[in-house]
Amino acid sequence: MTDIPATVLEPEAGPQPTAEERWRALKTVSPGDVVYRTVLTVFALLLPLVLVTIALELGVNAWPAVSKFGFGFLTHSTWDPVRGEFGALPLIVGTLYSSLVALVIAVPLALACAIFLTEFAPRWLRAPVATLIELLAAVPSVIYGLWGIFVLIPLLRDHFWPVARHALSWLPIFSGVFYGPSVLAGGVILSIMVLPYIAAVSREVLLAVPPSQREAGLALGATRWETVWTVILPYGRAGIIGAVILGLGRALGETMAVTMVIGNRHEVSASLLQPGYTIAAAIANEFSEAVSDMHLSALFLVGAVLFLITIVVNAVARVLVWRVARGSAVGSTAI
Amino acid sequence: MTPPPTQPVPAPADAPQATVPRLATDALTAWYGTSSGVRDVTLAFRENTVTALIGPSGCGKSTLLRSLNRMHELVPGTRVTGRVLLDGYDIYEPGINPIQVRRRIGMVFQRPTPFPTMSIAENVAAGLAVGPRLSRADRAGIVEQALKRAALWDEVKDRLRESPLNLSGGQQQRLCVARTVAPEPEVILLDEPTASLDPSGAAHIEELVQELKREFTVVIVTHNLQQAGRVSDLTAFFYLGELVEVGPTTRIFTAPLKPQTEAYITGRFG
Repeated sequence: MTDIPATVLEPEAGPQPTAEERWRALKTVSPGDVVYRTVLTVFALLLPLVLVTIALELGVNAWPAVSKFGFGFLTHSTWDPVRGEFGALPLIVGTLYSSLVALVIAVPLALACAIFLTEFAPRWLRAPVATLIELLAAVPSVIYGLWGIFVLIPLLRDHFWPVARHALSWLPIFSGVFYGPSVLAGGVILSIMVLPYIAAVSREVLLAVPPSQREAGLALGATRWETVWTVILPYGRAGIIGAVILGLGRALGETMAVTMVIGNRHEVSASLLQPGYTIAAAIANEFSEAVSDMHLSALFLVGAVLFLITIVVNAVARVLVWRVARGSAVGSTAI
Repeated sequence: MTPPPTQPVPAPADAPQATVPRLATDALTAWYGTSSGVRDVTLAFRENTVTALIGPSGCGKSTLLRSLNRMHELVPGTRVTGRVLLDGYDIYEPGINPIQVRRRIGMVFQRPTPFPTMSIAENVAAGLAVGPRLSRADRAGIVEQALKRAALWDEVKDRLRESPLNLSGGQQQRLCVARTVAPEPEVILLDEPTASLDPSGAAHIEELVQELKREFTVVIVTHNLQQAGRVSDLTAFFYLGELVEVGPTTRIFTAPLKPQTEAYITGRFG
């Protein structure tokens, strides 16, 4: 009571505002709010605008190639800048194939890492190992490329190939002669590069599974492993799919390391041992050397195709995550 | 080579019967690091009996309950000293697999914990999947039996394939009871099973506890004194990590021997 300044208790000098004046004052808008709102709106719109601009730019520049080759651009495998013939099938196949190899190797490893770090590792080991795995993502991709050339390819040639030529050559994916630069080398490099993303996100997903779910599994007499398999992984499946798609996105767009080890040949082969090419690698390699307008336009067009592939992959991921998340609450709308 | 089993110990002195109780603790202390959650508890839980553990928050009753099926040790830094005797044999004996213990001593938690990615039927069968393989028909039969024992069958029999998340909280909790009874445990531990439920859901669970006692040894932790009075045969009162008093529920509520017990049940603290 004693703290209230005397002025507050005194009636104010001058006329009091009328009810109407006070009602008008309710319409006051602070100018700061207007500025703030406008600035945020502009920023928020800028990002989609960038996307639209990229798409437009790709479209305009790719148009000559679209009108000349049409749909055949996607199905032909000749890429001959001298004669002006361009078919992007080897690039598209190489991109998808190397990314698939990367996922096949990286997903089990990354999930195993995540499960080990959240469920089985001793407590003191968890944070250091998680940090080390995340550090893999900080290695520049050219370093991975060099490692691929100097370590991975000799390793595959000296240790994997002698075994594979005898034991696995009946499989189409391991047929032919192995010289080193290949879809396999590209896929392995990519798998190491995407592993930290998949592992880190999966780990977060598993950490977010409520402890009560874990306890409920264990209280039923399930082993740790059974609990992981029947309770924890199903609970986190939407997030894990998201992690895999994030890794796939990285793999599709990776350029430098892949171009250093994949062989850069415009050829479609089922064999992992043969050289291949990816869209990103082709653009990086050929853009500065493209002299004809049609060559440039063809490169823009494969760029657009890559753009489209990543959009489709992301859209599929969205649908998948959404359906899985909805599946976990089947029929919340059903009753 | 299996180590020789521990000798069955006689039931604690104040136990009314002479037979070996289904479950008993002997000088049990559960530790969190260097501090003890509950100290030196010697208590017997008899077959076809509901024993209620009551006491103010932090008195150690949940810790004791979690020590009974070796769930306590899942929290890092915890350990247990003393013994827990199942049919007279120590389940903390070295070499005992806690997984096997939990198949004989089931547990229901405070909040319903249905597995959201499984259907209602799959939830009930979740504890069976980890045991020997069953035919589809056997499985369906066990699921039906378990749901009937949990008094949930009539409400869910037409939607066994639906998600458990469509059920009310009370139904989810009964689903968890069904999941716990399906693998045929001998003891059922209930950790404040009605704390997160509305009154009608809680009433269903209380009726169910009365049913469960026909087949199982039931131990229930509760904050709700009226509930303890309604459902239990024996009541054990805990205060500051120690067992203050145990006895027939009516006697504890009408003529407690210890002043702390009287103070608690008459609402003077806790």
